[in-house]
Amino acid sequence: MITKPNSYRTGPDEKGLFGIYGGRFVAETLMPLILQLEKAYKEAKADRSFKAELDGFLEHYVGRPSPLYFAERMTEHLGGAKIYFKRDELNHTGAHKINNVMGQILLARRMGKKRIIAETGAGQHGVATATACARFGLECVVYMGEVDIERQMPNVFRMKLLGATVVPAKSGSRTLKDALNEALRDWVSNVEDTFYCIGTVAGPHPYPEMVRDFQSIIGEETKRQMMKAEGRLPDSLVAAIGGGSNAMGLFHPFLDDSSVEIIGVEAAGYGLKKKHAASIAGGKPGVLHGNRTYLLMDDDGQITEGHSISAGLDYPGIGPEHAWLHDMKRVQYVSATDKEALEAFQLCCKLEGIIPALEPSHALAHVMKIAPKLPPEHLMVMNLCGRGDKDIFTVANILGVKL
Amino acid sequence: MTFVTAGDPDHATSLKIVLGLPKAGADIIELGMPFTDPMADGAAIQAGGLRALKNGASMKKTLALLKAFRAKDKATPVVLMGYYNPIYVYGVPKFLADAKAAGVDGLIIVDLPPEEDDELCLPAMAAGINFIRLATPTTDDARAPAVFKNTSGFVYYVSVLGITGTKAPDLKSVAANVRRLKKHTSLPICVGFGVKTPQQARAIAKVADGVVVGSALVSAVEKSLNKNGKATAQTPKAVHKMVAALAKGVRN
Repeated sequence: MITKPNSYRTGPDEKGLFGIYGGRFVAETLMPLILQLEKAYKEAKADRSFKAELDGFLEHYVGRPSPLYFAERMTEHLGGAKIYFKRDELNHTGAHKINNVMGQILLARRMGKKRIIAETGAGQHGVATATACARFGLECVVYMGEVDIERQMPNVFRMKLLGATVVPAKSGSRTLKDALNEALRDWVSNVEDTFYCIGTVAGPHPYPEMVRDFQSIIGEETKRQMMKAEGRLPDSLVAAIGGGSNAMGLFHPFLDDSSVEIIGVEAAGYGLKKKHAASIAGGKPGVLHGNRTYLLMDDDGQITEGHSISAGLDYPGIGPEHAWLHDMKRVQYVSATDKEALEAFQLCCKLEGIIPALEPSHALAHVMKIAPKLPPEHLMVMNLCGRGDKDIFTVANILGVKL
Repeated sequence: MTFVTAGDPDHATSLKIVLGLPKAGADIIELGMPFTDPMADGAAIQAGGLRALKNGASMKKTLALLKAFRAKDKATPVVLMGYYNPIYVYGVPKFLADAKAAGVDGLIIVDLPPEEDDELCLPAMAAGINFIRLATPTTDDARAPAVFKNTSGFVYYVSVLGITGTKAPDLKSVAANVRRLKKHTSLPICVGFGVKTPQQARAIAKVADGVVVGSALVSAVEKSLNKNGKATAQTPKAVHKMVAALAKGVRN
């Protein structure tokens, strides 16, 4: 029996927990740093000048607010709900990742840190981090799985152009989870001067909370923009989930608006009965990378290798707040396969003249499933959280086109 | 004190290695519980864990190995060392009961700081199993009381800022930190991470109550394998030989 809380927006508690999820499962070497970060973030959050500085960069450097766009031809084609895209792919660097990076880098500067490390899957968080580091003259080291380096070459080159060092993670499955392990190993080895800029709403407390706060601008803008466009709140929100930062950014400001249906779309890879990266659909609670959450693992607690066509969703876990929202049944978690995402990717190019990233293509695939069954007055917002230029090689390869 | 990974390179060879450790000169045995994502470990111990898992290691087999060792050696203390997830998934009460029955003396869990004591530390101590804490160069005087509040057995001082088997410890800093931490605890302080040679072991033994060697032993396992990555007749011998040399270094 689930007791409905007065608000879904009060977490985490002082131990960094959302229900049983979250926490601070890190080595003792890192614990003092995490406490120091928590304190610095609390102070920055209460400081108006920090917010003013961040808002200034988000407006003039990132290009916010991003538009809320009525996808007219997609709406006509699907013949049901009225579909809006939140255009976070128009941000500088081409994805929502920069929202969080600007916040963390300004915080790192405030804390006097000179060296920034980050992990990346698709390369979008790595590029955003490399970008902000170039802007502020900070040393930047990005860990990236060897497999991902191969399938996201354009982003690797972009990071290098921006002056970052890209270090291949060669252990385990050589994807995002291993990049995270390597970044944590680097952090333990360089505690004095290094700030770890985590790219999603996961990791030890306070990261899930902090990244969520920095990404919540997506949902806050959407709320204002929808009020202006339609005079009311949307009826549903749809976003793709790997770790879940773009989804949490859109969802969080709406969690207490009970009329708004909220849907997160995980990557079902080859299908939920085969290899996939859907931690909620196919995982169970466990402890990895500093937090307790839903994880893909075997009966012995060994982490298993997921699969998704999208490097950004290819992670065996999910942010702890999503795990809690799933248990509380406030957010519905569904999934889309590689094949469905690829179809959505192509449809979006043809109908809207927008090449979406493979990550939001999963969200669009779900929109394609549900929108036709809904009435025209149903207002649906999909988070178009990244552009697909980085993915054209992967897609060409699958479609059998030689570039 | 010696660290080896349970089930590395395979169950039978691993048991032979562990059974021979006390005679080779180990006073306490740390038995690593393999995990796919050991975030505090360097390349050697990562590889050892993956070798073990590839050859069928699991929590059940680790506890069976401990039980088989205990059947032949009632005296040498054994500490299980690793990460929380395999224990959490096994189930904390069941793990504590089975580990106790298998003859464990203590636990070292890398990713459970004092902030998470409710998870395993307090239940373990209630079950009569020592919960051994890691202290590090970042454990300053303000933090030390929290770290030593719920702990027993001994304290494992991590001699470097970093992961296992990489940097060599700086003796002066180790000596100063051990002296500093002694003001906060009456437990013995043992030092590990990056100790590879008898000379290093001897130097550290002068300033601490014990010395832990891990990566060097796991590397010795790796070097003794044949081309296909299988154990050879040399595998247990290579580990025991190295332990004997280190023990001699510490005691002379």
